Amino acid sequence: MKATAWMGADSVKVIDVPDPKIMNSRDAIVRISTTAICGSDLHLYHGYIPAMRKGDILGHEFMGEVVEVGPQVRNLAPGDRVVVPFPIACGHCSSCQRGLYSVCENSNPNAGIAEKIMGHSPAGIFGYSHLLGGYAGGQAEYARVPFADVGPVKVPDEISDDQAVMLADVFPTGYMGAEMCDIKPGQVIAVWGAGPVGLLAAASARLLGAERVIVIDRFPYRLRLAEEHIDAETINYEETDVLDALNEMTAGRGPDACIDAVGMEGHHANAAMYAYDRAKQAARVETERPFALRQAILACRSGGVVSVVGAYGGFVDKFPMGAFMNRSLVMRTGQCHVQRYTRPLLERIQRGEIDPSFIVSHRMPLRDAPKGYKIFQKKQDDCTKVLLKV
Amino acid sequence: MSRVDTVLLPELDRPVPATLPSALGLLSLALGVGALVAPGPVARLTGVDDSPAARSVLPAIGLRELGSAAGLLSGRRPASWAWSRVAGDAMDLTVLGRALADRSGERRRRVALTTLAIAGITAVDVLAAVRVGRAGRARARLIRMQIAVTVNRSPAEAYRFWRDMENLPRFMAHLESVRADDLRRSHWIASGPAGHRVEWDAEIIDDQPNKSITWRSLPGTRVPNAGRVRFVPAPGDRGTEVRVELRYAPPAGALGRAVAKLFGEEPEQQVRDDLRRFKQVLETGEVVRSEGSPNGISVRQQAMQRPAQPLPASRR
Repeated sequence: MKATAWMGADSVKVIDVPDPKIMNSRDAIVRISTTAICGSDLHLYHGYIPAMRKGDILGHEFMGEVVEVGPQVRNLAPGDRVVVPFPIACGHCSSCQRGLYSVCENSNPNAGIAEKIMGHSPAGIFGYSHLLGGYAGGQAEYARVPFADVGPVKVPDEISDDQAVMLADVFPTGYMGAEMCDIKPGQVIAVWGAGPVGLLAAASARLLGAERVIVIDRFPYRLRLAEEHIDAETINYEETDVLDALNEMTAGRGPDACIDAVGMEGHHANAAMYAYDRAKQAARVETERPFALRQAILACRSGGVVSVVGAYGGFVDKFPMGAFMNRSLVMRTGQCHVQRYTRPLLERIQRGEIDPSFIVSHRMPLRDAPKGYKIFQKKQDDCTKVLLKV
Repeated sequence: MSRVDTVLLPELDRPVPATLPSALGLLSLALGVGALVAPGPVARLTGVDDSPAARSVLPAIGLRELGSAAGLLSGRRPASWAWSRVAGDAMDLTVLGRALADRSGERRRRVALTTLAIAGITAVDVLAAVRVGRAGRARARLIRMQIAVTVNRSPAEAYRFWRDMENLPRFMAHLESVRADDLRRSHWIASGPAGHRVEWDAEIIDDQPNKSITWRSLPGTRVPNAGRVRFVPAPGDRGTEVRVELRYAPPAGALGRAVAKLFGEEPEQQVRDDLRRFKQVLETGEVVRSEGSPNGISVRQQAMQRPAQPLPASRR
């Protein structure tokens, strides 16, 4: 089959690999119809996630048709149209049973290395480094889906591929970012990052009853999406001082909750500030560029919530612990426990409360994956979200 | 040594076969006292009473023997003291050899008998020194591990799975097979990367249903090993804390290196992975496999992952 493989920093290729086969009795094989490039795939693309190997198949957002199931899979049958959550979760460990699917205790065969870096191992993730399991990803014609009796969700005919594939990662991730804010009536929510996750976090904050939603980014075309589709207020941080603007907008209180939907590869309006963390990251002294996180902490209302759904991989410098501690902030974070959200969010789409596919800017065939990565990386052609059609 | 070692590996807990060095210590004491208190009769008995030098040499030998006796009976560094006795024996045999050449008749017969006796004692001394040294080194190589994992299953379920010893290779990576010979005894085969195989018989020496299992290798195995697993209810209704204690003493030489390879450079990590696999099998039904780690959890594999793409048909 054809598959998108990581070939080193800033290089992906569509290559021929063997077709996947059942390896565990709870596996299913899915023939992929639509798959997406995620912002976090760009961290892999840039070479910032350790333990990648040349030839690793990328992709953790995908959907398609079940073509084969292992002997222990009774809820699915060949022909079913399913969307697959990005975290691989067994459903039986105590984390899964508490709904914490992205920290499944059994799904990372390389838990030993993950423990050395993170203390304990999180769940395995499709196509997301050997640190997180060494699983082949879904930017391919077929994928093996472990624990198919737990993860995949059947998609009704009236839901399009473009809508359904949002349920693999970005919509649940954005939704969880908003849910962690514990939104009360009248509250103001600020979101750093107007990429797919940030836009869907802002949209979810609306669904959850936020009074006002403020979205911060530097690309006018992305801020326009936030204004047009979510009725959000926006701040372009390259034109406006974010802390001043937020204080002004909230009459000095600060947003009640701040969502970091940027993660490890942030940018900063001030070239010197950017260069400081960029240089440390290049020297591998620091693994992240946490501008959004630092600013979110400083901006947040005292006693408010900082919700982190942007992806981080390692260590952050200059964490404003003084502000965080002295102002009674709360941080909530996590890779999304997608399995918890797929069905309720599917129902919201069915009821017409939201169409998450408004973020999709590009659709192209699988063979054009390298081009998709390039324009997404460079933010060319007003790129927000690239879907690959198989 | 901890109490667990005493229970698990008695042969290692008392690595020094204490009776033999003590007996040699008593022999030294008797010889030393004899040579110091009654050098005349000793000289006559051994056939060297005609030598003027014997009157000064014998008390010196007596003093040396008292030194050996003190060392051996103290129980400290028994291997060194046993070897000091061998050195003394060599000295005595040299002296006796020269005495034998100078003598004839009854005295020559007595010197010859003495030489024979000392030669016999030398053999015993060498044996003791070698055995004591080997046991001491095995004790120094003894590897102890204490590792635990929490499994989301009841103590009874975890116990039941482990008690069927033939299940062990399903999660212990280095085991090729375990055959249960009867309720207590089993035959274990471990295999390593380069085709090294080690086999041994083991027995369950304590079995507390749903609580703990203790086993050890039978005497005579070249890799003495033992283990105990306890199944403790995890607080907060979170299943079972599976607490494993393992002991093994790899031998020296080629076999020792083979055993070291079996366990890899980080034996603790390997056992931790074994327990992770145990958890996977109990919670999910089998060992979880990925394209990068097709055989599931393994420290060795983590160091040399294959790319995360489907396996070629030849590797399935």
